[in-house]
Parts: sequence; structure tokens; C-alpha cells
Amino acid sequence: MMKNKTSFIRLIILLAALLVGGAMLALCVGRYSMNPFDVLRAIGSRLGLNTSTDETMETVLFVIRIPRVFAAMMVGAMLSVSGAVYQGVFRNPLVSPEFLGVTSGACVGAALAILLGLGVLQRQLFAFFFGIGAVCLTVMIPRVMRNTSNLMLVLAGMIVRGFMDSVLGVMKFIAEGTVEMSAIVFWQMGSIASIKGTDIVAISPIFLIGVVLLLCLSWRINILSFGEVEARSLGMNVPIFRGGLIVIASLLTASAVSISGTIGWIGLIMPHLGRMLAGSDHTKMLPVTALLGALFMLVVDTAARAATSLEIPLSILTGLLGAPFFAWMLFRQKASVR
Amino acid sequence: MKITIENLSFSYLGGPMICRDISFSIEPGHVIAILGPNGAGKTTLLNCIANLQLPTSGRVCIDKKDMRQIPPKEVAQAIGFVPQLIVPTFAYSVIDYVVTGCAPRLGMFQRPKQEHYEIAANALELIGISHLAQKYYNEISGGERQQASIARAIAQQPAIILMDEPTAHLDYGNQIRVLQIIQSMAQNGYGVVFTTHNPDHALSLDAAVAVMGKNCDFHYSKTNAILNKGFLRGLYGVELHVCNIPEVDRDVCIPPRI
Repeated sequence: MMKNKTSFIRLIILLAALLVGGAMLALCVGRYSMNPFDVLRAIGSRLGLNTSTDETMETVLFVIRIPRVFAAMMVGAMLSVSGAVYQGVFRNPLVSPEFLGVTSGACVGAALAILLGLGVLQRQLFAFFFGIGAVCLTVMIPRVMRNTSNLMLVLAGMIVRGFMDSVLGVMKFIAEGTVEMSAIVFWQMGSIASIKGTDIVAISPIFLIGVVLLLCLSWRINILSFGEVEARSLGMNVPIFRGGLIVIASLLTASAVSISGTIGWIGLIMPHLGRMLAGSDHTKMLPVTALLGALFMLVVDTAARAATSLEIPLSILTGLLGAPFFAWMLFRQKASVR
Repeated sequence: MKITIENLSFSYLGGPMICRDISFSIEPGHVIAILGPNGAGKTTLLNCIANLQLPTSGRVCIDKKDMRQIPPKEVAQAIGFVPQLIVPTFAYSVIDYVVTGCAPRLGMFQRPKQEHYEIAANALELIGISHLAQKYYNEISGGERQQASIARAIAQQPAIILMDEPTAHLDYGNQIRVLQIIQSMAQNGYGVVFTTHNPDHALSLDAAVAVMGKNCDFHYSKTNAILNKGFLRGLYGVELHVCNIPEVDRDVCIPPRI
């Protein structure tokens, strides 16, 4: 056990170091490239430690890159952690935020807010409440059918997603040819290019509180993943724990989606990778998954803006990277997939 | 600690009566075997005692206090439950599984610490499966899983342990092993209640029997006096003999030549 613990701490330190290094690198690359010393000097000048040299550099760094790097890491961590929580709570390694319809619901909410011409805060609120509403629907369908098997849940998710996607289609049809239409399409493909410092401020409380709460409850997710009977025989109030975890995970997903649009794959594959590296115990795999998600998103977003002169939408990149990656992971653990 | 079941009845909403007017008590150091044909409501009765299902009428009391008035966490500190075998979706190590037995004593946000891992390790040692601690729970055999499940209930440190068909799906050697564990747990002061399809399990443990027959007949007998040929025919609808075998110095229940 001692050995497990030290290797876990080593893993966390390694990932954290990679993340800090990656963030530093991401701040440097781009159309206006700078070296790490410029970055440190500029940050120092903001903190009043020295006087800066370059106005443009500071603007690029503080108005564009730093918010973007933070947003990438936060969105990645949020989607990955909530994916991991969903998989644990529903005892199904195929569940991801998309599967339960929270993303589609949030999409409909955000599109509605865009159509109504509302601001960022309202758009976030709409995305959140529609996302939660979609998950509630998904969870309720198996209950109405009196069959709470995992398969029924996945099918219920398909129903809700299908419905939400159609509603979104109707909205796009209505908005055909307008500015709102392109806003919806752009939003749907996922991007954090237009992120602002205020967006970061808006979602960071949810990010911090949500992730900390989930990490605190991570051991209880182990118990829930053994099934309802086991959890209840241990004196746990299953509806409250499960409901609470779903609400927090949905809150995280909905907030991530509300600033970044839909970004697929990450919520599905990062938990698998986390489990591969740290084992199934959620007290260990959850923090590892959060760091992995942040790192993956950072890499993808940096590639999206630096690889070509055009911004590649994030969903395209996560799919291109994620699908083969998932196949490779399944190949690695083919014996234990049942 | 004493658990009393008082006039317990259970039926699903609008469904037929499954348990009717059942009364008996469970005391530390004693073993009770719940017998009955398929669908007689053995698991339902066990679930009611485990606080997993609410009786339609009557009540379950822990030391004369109605269980419904006791917080679920405190009930879980008094009563351990070993459900029918599960295969978890994720690969947890056996020790990580067993340590979840400490959950009733931990706060909502607390995690198991060194002392709780020690409790879990002791439970594994008591059952004799310390060597499985770092193995994955979903990769060990059914018999080992059942033992790990019992170890988890022991880590719960309850006074009474309930087991739902602990010998189901086990080979013959593992069935006997589980019965031996039940016997030694009773000797260690636990009250054990288990459901089984084999009346000989009750005889071999010299356990009290709670028999749930068709039409909600319920019999509770402190000794095995009740298990005789006529009674067993009524219960299972087949010919069964109960006879004393001097070599093993006990009554056994066996079918005649078929």
C-alpha cells in the first residue's frame, strides 16, 4: 500500500509538472511568438516586480493567451472529471457527459439564449439549466420504464440526445441566414478562441467548488459504483449522494460547455486513461483524470490555434485524436473489457 | 445487541402478501438459517431486516428501538449485509473493496485512513484471505469474492451479519468453507442470519431455522426439531429424509435414491 501511495504521488507530481510546462509553452507559441523569459518578464511587470518592455506582448499575453490557456485547462479538467463521475455513479464505462444528454441540452439552452440575444451570463445560465434538465429526463426514462439497467440508461440518453439535437435543428432552421445562425454553429463546434478574462472569472467559482466537492466525495463514488444495494447496506443515502454527484458533474459540464461549446471525446477517454494510470479507486483516479484532462485540452487547443493559420474547431481535433486514442486504449485493456 | 422482528408483513403495492406476521429475534452468537422454496420471500425478509425495504406493517427493532427511527448510518453500524454476489464494473483491489465496510463510521467527506485499512486487513485475516488484498475483486474466483464480501461486512464491525444466499454459485468445497466461516463468526460473537436452499446447511450448523413456506406460512424453531420428513415434503414438495449419521454425529437431510 505504501508503494501505491508513493507511485500515486509521483504520478500527480509528474502530471502537474507537465501541465505547468505545457502552459508555459502554450503561452509562448502562436502567431506572435515569444520566449519563456519574455513571458516571465511580462508577468513580473504586471505584478510590479520590474518594468516591462513590450506593450504588444503584454496585451497578447494578458488579454488573449492567459485567459485562453486557463480556459483550456479548466474546460478539460471539468469535462474529464464529470465524465469520470458519471461513469462511476452509473457503473458504466461508456457513459460520458454527451451520453446523458447534458451537452445536447446545454447546446439547446445556449442556442436559445443566442436567438433571444441574451448576454454571456444568461447564456451560461440557459446552458446550465437545459443541461441539467436533459440529464433529469435521461435519468427519469428508465424509472418510468421500471428497468434501471445500464443499457436502458444508455438508450434513454440516446432518446434525449436525439430529441435535443432535433430541437437544436429547428432553432438553426429558424435562424437560417442570420448572424445568430453562425454564432450557434460556431458555438456548437467548440472553441475557446474568443474567451475573455470575464468568462474565466464567471466559471472559476463553479470549477473550484465543483472539483473540490467531487474530490472530497470521491471515495463515496467507489461505494456507489458497487451498486445501490451495497451502498444502502452501508448506511448511505443513495438518492442524495447520487443526485448530488449528478448535479455537480452536470454543473461542471454545463459550465464548461457554456464557455467553450461542445467538445466531444474528452469526457469519455480521459477517465479511461486515468483508470489505466492510477487504478479504479476514485480517490486516486479522479485527481489524475482532472490533470490529464487539463493537459489534453491544453495540447489540443494550442495545436488548434498554432498548427495552421486557421483556427481548427476543437471538436474536430478531439475527435481526430480521441477516436484512435480510445481504440489504442481498448486494445491495451482488451482482456478486461466485458 | 438484540434485533427483534415484530409481526412483520410485506407486500408490494397492490401485489400479493409476501411475508405475513413474522416474529422472531436475532441475538449475538446465534445462527439462523432462513429456508423456503423459490419465491417464498426469503430475500425480501432479509432486506426488511437489513433496512433495504420497509415492511408494510409490523416493525424491526434494534434493542427495542424501531429501526425506522434510527439513522441509516447507525443501523449500518449494527447490521452488516452480504448481498448476493456482484461483479463490479471497475477493477478495485480487494482491500479497497473491504475498506468500504468502514463507511458507516466515516463522515460524508471523510476517506478511510490507516486505521480503517488496518480494520479491513484484520477482517481479511479473520476470513483467511490476506493474500488476496492486492488482487482485483473482479478477477478473483466466486468463492473468494464471497469471502471478500463477508470480510467487508466484518469490517463494518456490526453485531449482526445478514447473508443472502452466501453459498449460491459456489462449488461444494467453497460452500462448506462459507459454512465454516459462519460457524466461527457465531463463535466470535456475531449473530448470523443467512438464506439458503439447502436444509442440510441448517442442520450442519445446528442453526435455528426460520422457514417461509407457500401461502406465507412461517415457522421459527430454536432447534432443528421442525425439520422432519413430513414437514420438508410440505415445504419443497419432494421426498427428503432426515436421519442421524453416527460417523459425523449429526442429523443430515438427504433425498432418497432417485
